[in-house]
This record gives sequence, C-alpha cells and structure tokens, in this order.
Amino acid sequence: MEPLEKLSAVAHDPFAYAQAIQPALEKPVIGYFCSYTPEEMLTAAGAVPFRIFGTRGDISLADAHLQSYCCSLVRGGLEDVLKGRLSFLKGAVFPHTCDSIQRLSDIWRLNAGLDTHFDLVLPVKLTTQSARTYMISVLNTFRAELEQGLNVSISDEALHQAIYTHNCIRDRLGRIYRLKSQNPGKLAAADMYAIMKAAMVMDRAELLEHLDALWADLSAGASEGASTGRKRILMSGGICNHPDIYHFIEEAGGDVVWDDLCTGTRYFEGSVEETGDPVEAIADRYLDRMVCPAKHMGVTARGEHLKQLVRTHRIDGVIFLFLKFCDPHGFDYPYLKECMDQAGVPTLLLEVEEQLPGEGQFRTRFETFIDML
Amino acid sequence: MSDSSKRTDPEKEKRKIKSVQKMKEIMTNYYIEAKGAADTGKKVAWITSGGPVEPLIAMDVIPVYPENHGAMIGASKMGIELCEKAEEMGYPRELCSYARADIGCAVTDGGPIGGLPRPDFLVCCNNICGTVMKWYEVAARYYNVPLFILDTPFTHREFPPAAKQYVIDQIYEYIAFLEENCGKKMDYDRMQEVGRLSVEGLRLWQAVLDSGAHKPAPMTAFDAFFHLALIVTLRGTQEAVDYYRQLRDEMQERINQGIGMVPNEKYRLLWDNLPVWYRTKWLSEKFASHDACLVADTYTSAWSGVLPYIDENNFLETMAVAYSQVYINVSLDIMIDTLRRLIKKYDVDGLVMHSNRSCKPYSLGQYDLQKIVMEELKIPTLILEADMVDERSFSESQIETRIDAFMETLKS
Ligand code: SF4
Ligand code: SF4
Ligand code: SF4
Repeated sequence: MEPLEKLSAVAHDPFAYAQAIQPALEKPVIGYFCSYTPEEMLTAAGAVPFRIFGTRGDISLADAHLQSYCCSLVRGGLEDVLKGRLSFLKGAVFPHTCDSIQRLSDIWRLNAGLDTHFDLVLPVKLTTQSARTYMISVLNTFRAELEQGLNVSISDEALHQAIYTHNCIRDRLGRIYRLKSQNPGKLAAADMYAIMKAAMVMDRAELLEHLDALWADLSAGASEGASTGRKRILMSGGICNHPDIYHFIEEAGGDVVWDDLCTGTRYFEGSVEETGDPVEAIADRYLDRMVCPAKHMGVTARGEHLKQLVRTHRIDGVIFLFLKFCDPHGFDYPYLKECMDQAGVPTLLLEVEEQLPGEGQFRTRFETFIDML
Repeated sequence: MSDSSKRTDPEKEKRKIKSVQKMKEIMTNYYIEAKGAADTGKKVAWITSGGPVEPLIAMDVIPVYPENHGAMIGASKMGIELCEKAEEMGYPRELCSYARADIGCAVTDGGPIGGLPRPDFLVCCNNICGTVMKWYEVAARYYNVPLFILDTPFTHREFPPAAKQYVIDQIYEYIAFLEENCGKKMDYDRMQEVGRLSVEGLRLWQAVLDSGAHKPAPMTAFDAFFHLALIVTLRGTQEAVDYYRQLRDEMQERINQGIGMVPNEKYRLLWDNLPVWYRTKWLSEKFASHDACLVADTYTSAWSGVLPYIDENNFLETMAVAYSQVYINVSLDIMIDTLRRLIKKYDVDGLVMHSNRSCKPYSLGQYDLQKIVMEELKIPTLILEADMVDERSFSESQIETRIDAFMETLKS
C-alpha cells in the first residue's frame, strides 16, 4: 500500500488498527489524552501510545458520570471506554492539565476497568528551576510505574533509542508541515489530517517507515502544486477531530498551512536531546516547547508565539477552534484575538461539540470568512 | 411608619446570630482600607481563596480576594449583568462565573462596591482549580502587574516527596517575589507570629463549624457561608482570631440555651460545593420549611480541613504542604473519605450536592460520589443543577420540585 493510503486507512479507523496490531506485535497499547504525555517512555517500554480523540457517536453511558458542562473530548473518551470500544487498551495515561481531565482521570480509574492507570501530575508553571526538578522527578516516577504496570524494565539505551525514533518522527512531521506551508497544493488538507491522526496512534517504528517513504515521494518533484490561489489559514486551538473541517475550508477557498493545535504542531515541535540523561532531556523539551493554555509560561507567551507564526507563514486568516466547555482555551481566546486584531489578521471562532452543526451552516461560515480575506 | 409598628418576632430575634453585625463592620472597614490603599501607600495584592495569605499579612500587604468579591456580586444579584459584559468581550459563557463577573467588573468599575482596588501584584495558587491561573493571567495583562503562581500538585493517590519539595521551594520563591515587589525584607519573627495567629484562627473557625454537630444545630451551612470571609481574607490577623472567638462563644451560648437555627430541626443535611449566592435565603427558607437543617458543608470546612498538616513551629513549610491538600485538590477517593467523615460527625440524614456549572473541579465526579454515598452509606442524595453567581443557570420551579421530592423520600 502506498504510504498515504496506509496512513489514511489507519486514521479512518484507529480502533480497527489497534485491535489488529496488538496481537500481531504483541505490544500493549496505552491510551493517552494530551500532548504532555511522554510518548518516548511508552515506546521504550515496548508499548504503543494511542491518542484518544473522543467519540463522535451517541453518548449514552458517560452521562451517568459527567454533567452536561464538560468538553466532548472528556465525555467522548469516557463513552468509548465504557462502551468497550477501547478494550484493546492495557491502560491509559493522564497528564495533569485542565480541571476536566483531572477529574476524568478519577472517574476513569474507578469505572473503566483497564489493567493499568497512570497519573502524571506535571508542574503547571514551566518557568522555574524548581518546576524543572519536580518535572524530572514526576517523569522518573512514571518510568518506574510503567515498568511495574507493564512488567518490563526500561533501560537508558531503550529510552535513547525511543527518543531517537520520536525525534525522527517529529522531524518528518515538521518537514511535511513546512512543505505544506511552502507548497500548499502539494498535499490535500484531508491528507494532512490523516498523517497527523495516524501519527498519534500507530506503532511508532512502523509509522516512521511510512513517513520516510512518504517523504521520499513528496520530495521528488518538489515544484508541483505551488500555487493554489487559496488563502493561507492558520488554525489555533486544542484538538481537531473533524476531518470535514479541513475539507470545508479547502472548498471555501482556504488552505490550512499551519496550526497551533495539540493534534498538530504542538505534537511535533521541539526535539529531545539525544545525549545525557534521557529523562531530563524529555523534561527539557516540555520546558522549551511553546505551552498550551493549560500550562503557564508567562502571560504573553502564547500571543507572541501566534504573532510570530502568522508572520513566518504569511497567514491571511486565523481560525480559532476549540471545544465547547474548554476552560483553558476559552480564557485565552479574547487575548489571542486581540493579538491578531493588532496584527491586522482577521479571525473566525469555532466552538465545536461532538457533532458539528449542519454542514450547510458550516460551509457558509467558512465561505463568508474566506471571502472577507 | 412609626417605630412601634415595626414589630419584631421574638422567636426570630432569638435565632439571629448577634455577631453578624460585627462581621459586617469588619468587612466594611476592610474594604474601605483596601480601596483607600492608594492614599495610605500600602500595597494591594490579589490572591486566590486557597492561596497562602499569611506572608502577605506579615509583609503588611492588603490582600484582596476576587472570589469573595465574586460572592458579593452573586449575593447582590449583579451576576448576570457583569458576566454578560465579559461575554461581550469574548469570554465564553461556560467559564467560571466568578472569573467572568470579576472581569466584567474590572472593565466597568461596576458591581456592589464599584470595583476592586487595583492590584500591585497578583498571587495565584492553583490548589483550587486551573481556572484561577487563567483568570490571573488575564488580570496580569489587564493591570500589567507581576504575577506569582504557587503551583500545588494535585493528589490522585499520594502526595510524593518531590511534590512536597516543589511546594516548599516555591514558598521561598514566593517570599523572594514579595520582597522584591514590596522593596523590603521579610521579617521572619513577624511571619512566625502571623503563622501562629493563622493556626489559631483556623482552630476557632473549625470550632465554630463543629457546633453544627450539636442537635439542634445552632447555625447552618448558610451561616457558615456568610462567616467564612474572614478566615479566607484575614487569616493570620488578630482581628480574625478575636472575631471567631466571639462567634464560637456565641455558638456555645446558643447550644447551652438550646437555640437551634431551624425552629423544628428534624432532618440534618450536608451540603456539597459552593453556595448559590443569589439564593441562599430562598434555599435556607425552603429547607427550613421542611424542618431540614443544613448542618455542615464540604466548602467552608476546606480551609480548616488541612489543619492536621500544619506545624506551627514550621509554619511556612508545612503550610505549603497543607494547602496542597485542600478538599478539591485531591481525588474522588480522598473526597469520599471526607464525605464519610462529615456524614458521621454531623450525623446527617441526607446529602445535597450543588452541581455548579462554574466549578468543574468541584462538580465533575459528583455523580460518582453520589453513587458511592447512596450504595455504601445508604443515605439519600439530591443533586441541584445551578451556578453560584450566574442566575441564568437557576430554575426555581425545577429546584423547588426536586427539593420537595427529596424531602418526601427523607420523610418516608
Ligand atoms: S490543550 Fe493542552 S491540555 Fe488540552 S490536550 Fe492540548 S496539550 Fe493537552
Ligand atoms: S479540550 Fe479543553 S477542557 Fe477538554 S480536555 Fe482539552 S484542555 Fe481540557
Ligand atoms: S468556583 Fe471553582 S472554578 Fe471558579 S475560581 Fe473557584 S474553584 Fe476555581
């Protein structure tokens, strides 16, 4: 199968992929919710890190545990595990981020019935020496808990190896992203979505092979598709689990050429030092990388970062996308919008729930927005 | 109307808590002083309700507590208007209504006291939620002042030594931050004294709350909500100690005289979560009409709940650890232990949970807690869907029906 086809197939049905690889590779699959999950450690433990995106099906079981006012990622993830759709998971990892995920961790631990459960109570402010020391300690504890929970031992060599693999993956994803930015016609929006989604659920060694093959294809004939005539869009927010959104934007005359999403650049930005203490190196990537709004790195860091991205990628318009009931993103929105207003970049806000609003309504909003640019 | 026509009901008079007047005076003076800080040259710091206020007291900084302000906004029924102001600015309606109301107030100088005094700096402790960090980031940008964040790791199953060290380190970072922003050194003798007063105040506050265990209860959770303000804001001062001593004595006196707050107390209930500020009177009358008394709550006991962790002789460091363990910075498993303890201590017949749209860390998980309480402790529970400040999330008819139905189950 061509690499893109394979990645698209995985992205289309990650559960089916995980169900099939688990017995084939004899690797435990570990679910996780957030880009602050040190995937390198899971890989080094011989596990497959599997990002949970939240269901898009009907909710029937999660409502007995969660009030109406929580985001669809939390609700959908819980629904999936209660329905047994995640029964291939050996366990799940909950990094400390927002208030909702924090409570979900408890509810999940009490009700999901998986073999293992990991809480990573990472620091929230990432600016001090004491936070760094604490973060390293949390990661070391996680390493020990993984060893115990999965009954393996994680050597420094295995960690270095995993760091190398993940660095390669991050590097390839970065190249693909930059190619899309330089040459938007080269990759369709749907393909970008599929690559990112597959990257977060596949066995990482297998993924890297596909990414290498894909990159070889892409870098041959670099000039085609140079100009699409469409507007250059940046998407900023949390997770995007709606492939249709990219497609609608494209049809409305926009290319999403860059993003500031957990399921986008936040996933692959920054690399981990390959020498020295591997755990400290993993911590340092989190301390360097631009924060998501659930973490603190000064009060203007995210705004400055967004301004920078808009300049670097010559962005015509920014679409803010976050889940309804998401506090961290909701609090940052007015400030980020103000930053864009100052930079003279028009913005559109989309707050989404499990189900997207009617397709027609959505298309119209994108068309109106892009026409305005 | 002549004075003689204002007939007072002696029964009602007898039940009134006399200290209320004193409390109002203290709070009024406190806000006058805070609002006049610009003239007296004192520094003003905004601080979160769960934050370590003691070092501010020791440094002569006036602590201002926006959540208390949020409560006042709620109680004065000004919540909707101010929340809507924040929503116009782009803040989603789903965010905590304390934050929305406060942001709405900052830009309009509106609200019950015409806005809070401008902060010289901000102190945010995330032991209550992640919301306060985002809210204080907003304030730090708006007022363009320094922000100190005390990051208190959540306890799912345990609070490991590294977390302990992390919070202790931050206490010294906090003091360095204060020294820099106040332009003077911390007086550690003074700090020690403030720590002692803080512990004494907390003990007295706990004694006040303990009085609810008596039958009939001399006060209700609604009274506790009102009297809470000093333990939050002026913890560590002689004034708070004196006040709570007076209040405790008054409670003791009521116990001696057999005065209960609810005339025919028959059913004893435990309240969970923040109050519904704009409806405390209505709710308290509603429950009283069923001879039900809210004898305790999980909210007002959160401050003194950490007393066992504090060592007066090592106040600063043990305080940091203690404040990390407050009721909502811990997992559902630990919360259920607290619920069990309170249910037993106050001998309650039922649990009323306010599912508070504003407060996710307090409210998400309540359904699981409810299930455990019902199955294991076999006491009836009631969940009321509302919001502490934003009245748009309160449906009187629905809540009334639910309370009536719940009380019927209790009575049967
Ligand atoms: S927004 Fe932050 S907390 Fe939420 S999933 Fe992304 S990285 Fe994690
Ligand atoms: S979308 Fe927002 S509220 Fe939901 S889990 Fe992520 S950060 Fe938390
Ligand atoms: S009500 Fe809840 S969310 Fe709001 S500030 Fe208080 S603890 Fe945080």
